[in-house]
Amino acid sequence: MLERSAPDAHPRLDSLPEHVDGTTVLALTFGRDDERGVIVAGDRRATAGNVISKRDVRKVFQADEWSAVAISGAAGPAMELAKIFATELEHYEKVEGSPLSLEGKANKLAQMVRNNLPMAMQGLVVVPMFAGFDHGRTTGRIYEFDPTGGRYEERHFASTGSGGRDARGSLKARYREDLSRETAIDIAIEALWDAADEDIATGGPDVVRQIYPLVTVVDSDGYRELEDDTVAERVDAVINQRRRS
Amino acid sequence: MMPYVSPEQMMKDRADFARKGISRGKSVVAIEFDRGVLFVAENPSTTLHKISEIYDRVAFAAVGKYNEFELLRRQGIRLADITGYQYAREDVTGRSLANAYANSLGSAFTEPSKPFEVELLVAEVTPDAVDLYHILYDGSISDESGHVVIGGTTEPVNRQLADRYAPGMDLGAALRAAHAALSSGEDRAVDPRRLEVAGLDRDRGRRKFFRLETERVVELLDTGDGTGSADESGQGAS
Repeated sequence: MLERSAPDAHPRLDSLPEHVDGTTVLALTFGRDDERGVIVAGDRRATAGNVISKRDVRKVFQADEWSAVAISGAAGPAMELAKIFATELEHYEKVEGSPLSLEGKANKLAQMVRNNLPMAMQGLVVVPMFAGFDHGRTTGRIYEFDPTGGRYEERHFASTGSGGRDARGSLKARYREDLSRETAIDIAIEALWDAADEDIATGGPDVVRQIYPLVTVVDSDGYRELEDDTVAERVDAVINQRRRS
Repeated sequence: MMPYVSPEQMMKDRADFARKGISRGKSVVAIEFDRGVLFVAENPSTTLHKISEIYDRVAFAAVGKYNEFELLRRQGIRLADITGYQYAREDVTGRSLANAYANSLGSAFTEPSKPFEVELLVAEVTPDAVDLYHILYDGSISDESGHVVIGGTTEPVNRQLADRYAPGMDLGAALRAAHAALSSGEDRAVDPRRLEVAGLDRDRGRRKFFRLETERVVELLDTGDGTGSADESGQGAS
């Protein structure tokens, strides 16, 4: 309405400077006996229009000891959101002497996304994904969000960003409920490969520059990021497998 | 009409009032060990802490009125988190925090309201040293080294601690020295289950703060030759 009656009062999408966009992030839970948790992974490419602006950006961030936040959308506000969120969680934990529940953390993030709505209306959309280890249920849990602050829990896997749909297809085909941690990592890497294969804004593994997807694990031992060498090995395995077929 | 009270008398009355409140409680001991600094407090509560994490390398200990130092503790965490967010994590220092505390205590002491009945310690570990600040109820501040005692009856505790302190002690030795010092004010040894033990260990990851569980405290106090390690202790601020 505003755009029609008073076009000048509303900042127009095409008048925005081109901003850096992040693309595909995904998460999937794994769980077998006492080995339960969640894998969160993302590609490393950032684009501005049709230009690749960065080849090694981080889209997965540690939120606290037991959770990760992965973000697609406008890179600037996305990184800011991740930073404020991590600060909020740590602040609560120190003041109260104990951390928030996983549900509490997800709700806090939903609030922060909702506060970003005016920015989202102007094109700076930030869509995070939140995943962590729930000590009460001793399992990994995944939450997705929409730009209005809607919060949706996914039981098995989730993906967002421009290559999210392709990643989801890949995850859907391979996911099982009783995945081991190692298999879940392989499935995450394969799904990112499939997304990069179909979506120009998603970066595949860059073997020349040695840049690989960022893969993180959150389980009863807490948050940790896989070493580049480990990811490289697994990426090679995926490439070899794809080459034969 | 208000009766005339000289500034000297007013400050003296306020200081007496604050000191009386602080000396009624139990002491808190801070002692350096080879990997950082250890705080030991006699504290029957397992949930109402006198020792707290403030930021990555900065910790806090207090004696006096709980609600008053709890307020200061929260303000400190808030200040540190905001500074770290606005600038960089490394820009949060024990010195700036201690100065902020000295300011607020100093203002409260001279304002018409009642002064805080608290005494604070702020510690920061650096790769090769420990910065230890002692802040009094009136905002006066001093930096200490090696060991310090606040609250309760400090003299006997301090004497004991000075006798037992040696630079480069391990965690177990530091804990035993602190325990012995705290027990010197009593007529018997302080029950290890009533001790709150926490500190900063420079060998830990980003967040250097640790808290020792009761079992670990008992174990370290039992083993005379303790090869102490804070790594097996509780997670972060939990």
